[in-house]
Amino acid sequence: MRTERIRTVVGHVVLMFGVLVSIFPFYWMLVMASNTTSDIFTYPPKLFVGSHLFENMGHVLDNIDFFGSMLITLIASLGVTVLVLFFDSLAAFAFAKYEFPGRNLLFGLLLATFMIPSQLSLVPQFVTLAEFGWIGSLKALIIPGAANAFGIFWMRQYAKGAIPDELISAAKVDGAGFFRQYLTVGLPVLRPGLAFLGIFTFINVWNDYLWPLIVMTDPNKLTLQVALQQLNGVYGTDYSMVMAGALMSVIPLIGVFLIGGRHFIADIAAGAMKF
Amino acid sequence: MAVSNAISTSAVSTKETAPDRPPGKYRRALPQYAAVSPFFILFAVFGAFPILFSIWLSFHSWDGIGQMKWVGLEQYSYLLTDPSFWKSITNTLIIWVISTVPMLLLALVIANALHNATRFRSFYRIAYFVPNITSVVAVTMVFGSVFSNNFGLLNAFLQSVGLQKIEWLSAPWGIKVAIASIVLWRWTGYNAIIFLAGLQAISSDVYEAAKMDGASPRQTFWRITVPLLRPVILFTAVTSTIGGLQIFTESQVLFGSSGAIGGPGDGGLTIVSYLYDSAFGKHQFGYGAAIGWALFILIVLFSIINWRLIGGNDDERITKRAARRIDAKVARDRAQDKELTDAH
Repeated sequence: MRTERIRTVVGHVVLMFGVLVSIFPFYWMLVMASNTTSDIFTYPPKLFVGSHLFENMGHVLDNIDFFGSMLITLIASLGVTVLVLFFDSLAAFAFAKYEFPGRNLLFGLLLATFMIPSQLSLVPQFVTLAEFGWIGSLKALIIPGAANAFGIFWMRQYAKGAIPDELISAAKVDGAGFFRQYLTVGLPVLRPGLAFLGIFTFINVWNDYLWPLIVMTDPNKLTLQVALQQLNGVYGTDYSMVMAGALMSVIPLIGVFLIGGRHFIADIAAGAMKF
Repeated sequence: MAVSNAISTSAVSTKETAPDRPPGKYRRALPQYAAVSPFFILFAVFGAFPILFSIWLSFHSWDGIGQMKWVGLEQYSYLLTDPSFWKSITNTLIIWVISTVPMLLLALVIANALHNATRFRSFYRIAYFVPNITSVVAVTMVFGSVFSNNFGLLNAFLQSVGLQKIEWLSAPWGIKVAIASIVLWRWTGYNAIIFLAGLQAISSDVYEAAKMDGASPRQTFWRITVPLLRPVILFTAVTSTIGGLQIFTESQVLFGSSGAIGGPGDGGLTIVSYLYDSAFGKHQFGYGAAIGWALFILIVLFSIINWRLIGGNDDERITKRAARRIDAKVARDRAQDKELTDAH
C-alpha cells in the first residue's frame, strides 16, 4: 500500500516536471516580449514578465503588416478547412456506406498516396502553379489542399461506425437521392468527426511554413509564419519585438485549441489507433 | 455491410428510370463517383502529374525561366558525388536519431505515468499537447534565443554554475542539438498521448493474469506492455521517421536569414533545406527534383527498416506460428501417447 502511494507521488512529480518543460517556452516568450531588448541582453538575464509588452507589440505592427498577414492566413486556413470538411466527408460517406464498382481499388489508390512525401512534388508543383498563374495568390494556398487522403481515410473509419445502415435505407425509402442522404443522414451524424478534422486542418494550414514561403512571393501578401520569419531576419537584434510577434501569432491558435482541445486530443489518439 | 443500391433502385426509383433500359451499374454509381472525384482530380493535378513531371524534370537542367536542357542521369550522378548533399543526409540522420530515440523513450515513460495517474489527467493531456499545435516558426525563435551564444538563457545558466559557455549556434554539433531539442519538445507529448491510447486499449485482464502469476512490474512492462503496444510503437516510429527526414523549418528559421541556409559550417543543412536552396535559392529546378527523389527513396527505405525492426502488422504470421507450434505439440503428444501404448 505504502509503495503504491510513493509510486503515485513519483508519477505526479515526473508528470509535473514534463508540464513545466512543455509550458516554459511560452513563459519565456512572454518574458522576452514584455522586456526591452537591452534588458534581455543583460547578465544575469531578466527572468520575470516586464512592462513593455504593448510597446513591443506596437513595434511589430510598425514593421510588418501583422493584421494583413493574419487575415491572409485566416482566409487560407478557413478556406482549406471548409473545402476539406465538405470534400472529405462526402467522399468518406460514399466510401464507407455504398458499394460501387471499383470502390476498393479507388480506396487502395487513395491509401497509396500516403506514402508520397509532399517535398517530392514541391518543385514541379511550383512550376504547375506558375503555369496556372496562381503564384502569389490565395488560390495557391487553398486549392491544392482542398481535399486530402488523411481526412477521407479518417472520416471513412468514423462514418463506418457512426452511421447506421438503417438510417440510409429509411432515407432511400423516402425517395432521397445520394446527396440528400449525405446532407440529411451523413452530415448530422458525422459532426463530431468533422469538428476534429476541422481543428486539425485549420491548425496545420495556419502553421504551415514551407509551402507559403515558396508560393506567396508578393511581400505584401505573406502568411503569418512567413511574415514572422521576416521580422526575425531583418530585425534579428530586436528580440523583444520578434518575441512579441511570435506571441501574437500563437495566441489565436492556442485559443482554438483550448476550446476544442479535449476532444481533439482524444480523436488524434483514436486516429493513430486506426492505422 | 453497406446498403445495396440494387434494392433501392428497383424498389423506389421507378419514376426516374426508364422502364425499357435499366441503368448500368456504373451509371447507377455516378453520385458516388462524383463524391469521391474531388480528391482524385486534385491529386491528379497537384500530386500525380507533378510527380511524373518531376522525373522528367530531374533529367534536365533548368533555371525555371529559360530552355530546359536534357542532361540524362547527370543530375543523379552529380548528386552522388555532391559533398553538400551527403552532408545534408548525415545532418538529417544525426538530428533524427538524437531527437527520435529519446523522444519515443520519454513518451513511453510519460504515457505510463499518465496511465497510472487518476487525477489531473485531462490537464496533463492538454499541457502535453500544447507544444505540438504551436507554430514551429514561433517556437524556433524562442529556442534560438535560449540557445543563443552570447546572451542565451542556457549559456547564462552554464556560467552561473561556473561552467564554460558553449557556442550552440555555431558549432556543428551544437546546431544539431538545438534543432533536435525543438523536435523533441514539440513531439514528445504527442507521442505520449498516442502511447497512452494504446495502453488504455490493453485489457486489464491481461495485467491481472500477470499479477496472479507473480510477474514483477519490469517483467509486466517488457513481456506484456511493449509487445501489445507494438503496432502503436510502429506507427509512432514510422511517422517520426517520415517527419524526421523532412525537417526544414527549424534550420531555416534559425539560419535562413543569415545568408548560409545550413548555418555555420552547414551544421544545420537538412535534406529539405538543401532541396529548397537548390531549387528556389539557386534556381536549379532539375537538381531540386533529383534531391526530391533521393528523399523519397530514403523515406521508403527507412519505413521498410522500421517495419522490419518492429515486426510490422504480422498478427497473421504470429497466429500461424502459434498454430504450427500447437500442431507440433499435439503431434508430439500423440507420438508419446502412441509410444506409451505401444510400450504397454
